[in-house]
Amino acid sequence: MISWRNPGLWPLLAIIAAVGIYPILANSDASREVIFTMLLSIALASSLNIILGYTGYVSFGHIVFFGLGGYTGLYLLSAWRSPLWLALLAGGLASGLLAFLLGKAILRLRGGYFALVTIGVNEAVRAFIVNFAPFGGPVGISLNFRIYKEYGGAGQALWLVYYLLLGLTLLAVVLSYLVKNSKFGLGLFAIRENEDAAEVMGVVTPNAKTWAYVLSAIIPGIVGVLFYFKNGNIEPGDAFRLNFSIELLVMVMLGGFGTVSGPILGAAGYQRLRGLLLTTPVLKDFQLVVAGVLLLIIILFIPAGAVGWLRQRFPRLRKALP
Amino acid sequence: MILIVEKVSKTFGGLQALQNISFELPEGQILGLIGPNGAGKTTLFNVINGVYPASAGKIIFRGEDVTRLRPYELAHRGLARTHQIVKPLNELTVRENVRVGACFGRRGASLSEAGRIADQVLEFLGLNEHAELLAGALNVAQKKRLEMARALAAQPFLLLLDEVLAGLNPSEIDTMVEAVQSIRRQGITILMIEHVMHALMALSDRVIVLDYGQQIAEGAPAEVAQNKKVIEAYLGDPKLAEKLFNTQ
Amino acid sequence: MELLKFLIDGLLLGFVYGVAAMGLSLIWGVMNVINLAHGPLISLGGFGVYLLFTGLGINPYLALMITALLGLLFGVAIYWVAIHRVINAPHLSTLLATFSVNMIIIGLGTALFSTTPRNVAYDLGSLTFGSITVPLARLIAALASLVVAAALYLFLYRTTPGKYVRAVANNRSAAELMGIHSNRVLALSFGLGVMLAAIAGGLIATIFPFTILSGSAYELKSFVIGVLGGLGNPLGALAGGLVLGMMEGVIPAYLPVTWVPVIEFLMFVLILLFRPTGLFGGKQ
Repeated sequence: MISWRNPGLWPLLAIIAAVGIYPILANSDASREVIFTMLLSIALASSLNIILGYTGYVSFGHIVFFGLGGYTGLYLLSAWRSPLWLALLAGGLASGLLAFLLGKAILRLRGGYFALVTIGVNEAVRAFIVNFAPFGGPVGISLNFRIYKEYGGAGQALWLVYYLLLGLTLLAVVLSYLVKNSKFGLGLFAIRENEDAAEVMGVVTPNAKTWAYVLSAIIPGIVGVLFYFKNGNIEPGDAFRLNFSIELLVMVMLGGFGTVSGPILGAAGYQRLRGLLLTTPVLKDFQLVVAGVLLLIIILFIPAGAVGWLRQRFPRLRKALP
Repeated sequence: MILIVEKVSKTFGGLQALQNISFELPEGQILGLIGPNGAGKTTLFNVINGVYPASAGKIIFRGEDVTRLRPYELAHRGLARTHQIVKPLNELTVRENVRVGACFGRRGASLSEAGRIADQVLEFLGLNEHAELLAGALNVAQKKRLEMARALAAQPFLLLLDEVLAGLNPSEIDTMVEAVQSIRRQGITILMIEHVMHALMALSDRVIVLDYGQQIAEGAPAEVAQNKKVIEAYLGDPKLAEKLFNTQ
Repeated sequence: MELLKFLIDGLLLGFVYGVAAMGLSLIWGVMNVINLAHGPLISLGGFGVYLLFTGLGINPYLALMITALLGLLFGVAIYWVAIHRVINAPHLSTLLATFSVNMIIIGLGTALFSTTPRNVAYDLGSLTFGSITVPLARLIAALASLVVAAALYLFLYRTTPGKYVRAVANNRSAAELMGIHSNRVLALSFGLGVMLAAIAGGLIATIFPFTILSGSAYELKSFVIGVLGGLGNPLGALAGGLVLGMMEGVIPAYLPVTWVPVIEFLMFVLILLFRPTGLFGGKQ
């Protein structure tokens, strides 16, 4: 039973809600775009954390769920003229299904092998879609601009997408929290720490891992639909960018894997840093260098990430930083 | 009979680790399993536990053929074990470690129940003052007790102990021996591998001896200690032979 | 005989793939580290040859040897900076450490060299055998790969440092007890792995145009070959390279070439699931 009186989750949700509401109150398109990117990262990083931070399985190619969700959603929107809510649902379902099927096969692999295979999965799905005519092949899917009329015009649609993303981000954080404090989550932590011991103690590891993978895939799938709906089109080269996947990883590690607040802090912090880099007259490629150096420093010196380190150093903060 | 091991063999490629092992374990008994290093004792545990599939033979636990089951399925049926090389869940606290045992073992407790069970077990084994420490920070003796706590928290019917006394000093050994006796009084059947002879001989109702994967003797501790084959097996290992002689 | 030409082209390229995979396989075998910087390091090898050739006019094959040496030193440096601290940590740490090196190299590389394809314009012409014409550069690349593979074999099995490498690969703590400085051996092994990657990159540069990003494609191939040949088994890697090269040569005759990565990936997953020690046996 989760004690709703535990202070841990509510302040987090409140902060995210406050940050999220700001652009709405200010009615500012510019700040909405900035916060949109941040919320997106938070939702994705928190989801990734379930398989990476809680279960200890490094999903390098996690972006595949984002891209596949986006493709499924856009396909329904353009070819079947389905309403947005259905597209969102389908995106989540498609990703969840992929995770379920994949999970059964590849979660048997440990450590580095699993990580490599997830990269391969990402590449394979991309290569497959390039050859897949209904998804537009190499050209991708473009939404007819008229579609936004159904949502009150392009401007309104952008706000709608924003509200939905804010909701999904909060949902992602709640999900992360619920999993962490559940019996299921305890099993995942056991798997992360020592999978063999977990099995001996009775954790049904194949199922637990698969469900963790599925849970980590659904929200990215739904969010993918939102993102590409807003974008207006989706192409294979863009939808499965490994770099973005890795940046998510950096965010989780930076903030602290295995905690609820870690990915949030990591995502926010990383986006802030990125924003700073992009405004200084420095090429976008240095962003990758900075991310790489950051990741290396974290791995070498503070593997538990910012939040993890804080929790170790100041045990009393554990309640405040769930 | 809580456990029946029937003609169990295990080969790894060309190596025959276990050959035709058969024995029965009545409920409530403490059965000691001894033998020189490499005799196959831990392998036998791994086969019973489901970590390795048996190459031949059957394992029957509480009347059910469990030969092909996975470790977690055996855990659910009430079989718990400790490991010779301890496997603590390092980044979790001591209490959380034990909660895992309570949640996923036979007891299948909810999170809050598991917390209560964990507190009880930790107190029983004297680990309660370390409850909030990370498991990785414990010393070897404490980690061994943690292994046992995790196994006990599941409230198993049968407990497999793999060298729980190894690496302990004499007073730690005494404490552990008392704990094992207390566990038996709670009605849990115990199968234990040990090298600390005086403790094993004192605790066990019966003893089985393995050597090179074969069962070379079985019987009451005193009988086994005088068995020629057993002594020969250990004479290859002089220190153990000496201990054996000292228990007579 | 179109098919034969494809086969031979693929086979020759396969030798080079084999060298690349050997680098990955060696590092994996000796220290249980999957070097995710492998791809960019291959690209750097290509750049090494390119820069020495176009900048200083050095013969590409000579440049290759210089690049190889630089690769060795660079590899040792990477080991000490990025890997040494986390060599005994869980897998995740070394994976992420090597990946961060990957990111840094690609970031710097893109900034310095941009993504315009580079070409080592050193045309050697072609040789004709009967009805088949083979670019000489490919033939030399294949031969060079064979030489490198032989050299690696001799090093590992006929020299003392090589014996130390095998000892550490087999059982690091036992090797230390024998007085072997395992850290130095690990650094050397990593250096060798990077050297092999650089050599492969340099050879590829003599055959194809390339960018800083090209290496990634070869990285995936190296993984596939590595598991095909058995991770930790450098000679198996060479054999695996030949198999993959031939497959790549032949598949485009029947399927659009965009399917090749998919098939390679499928092979990768299937082998990992069903025969993780590879076709020729290696570590698990």
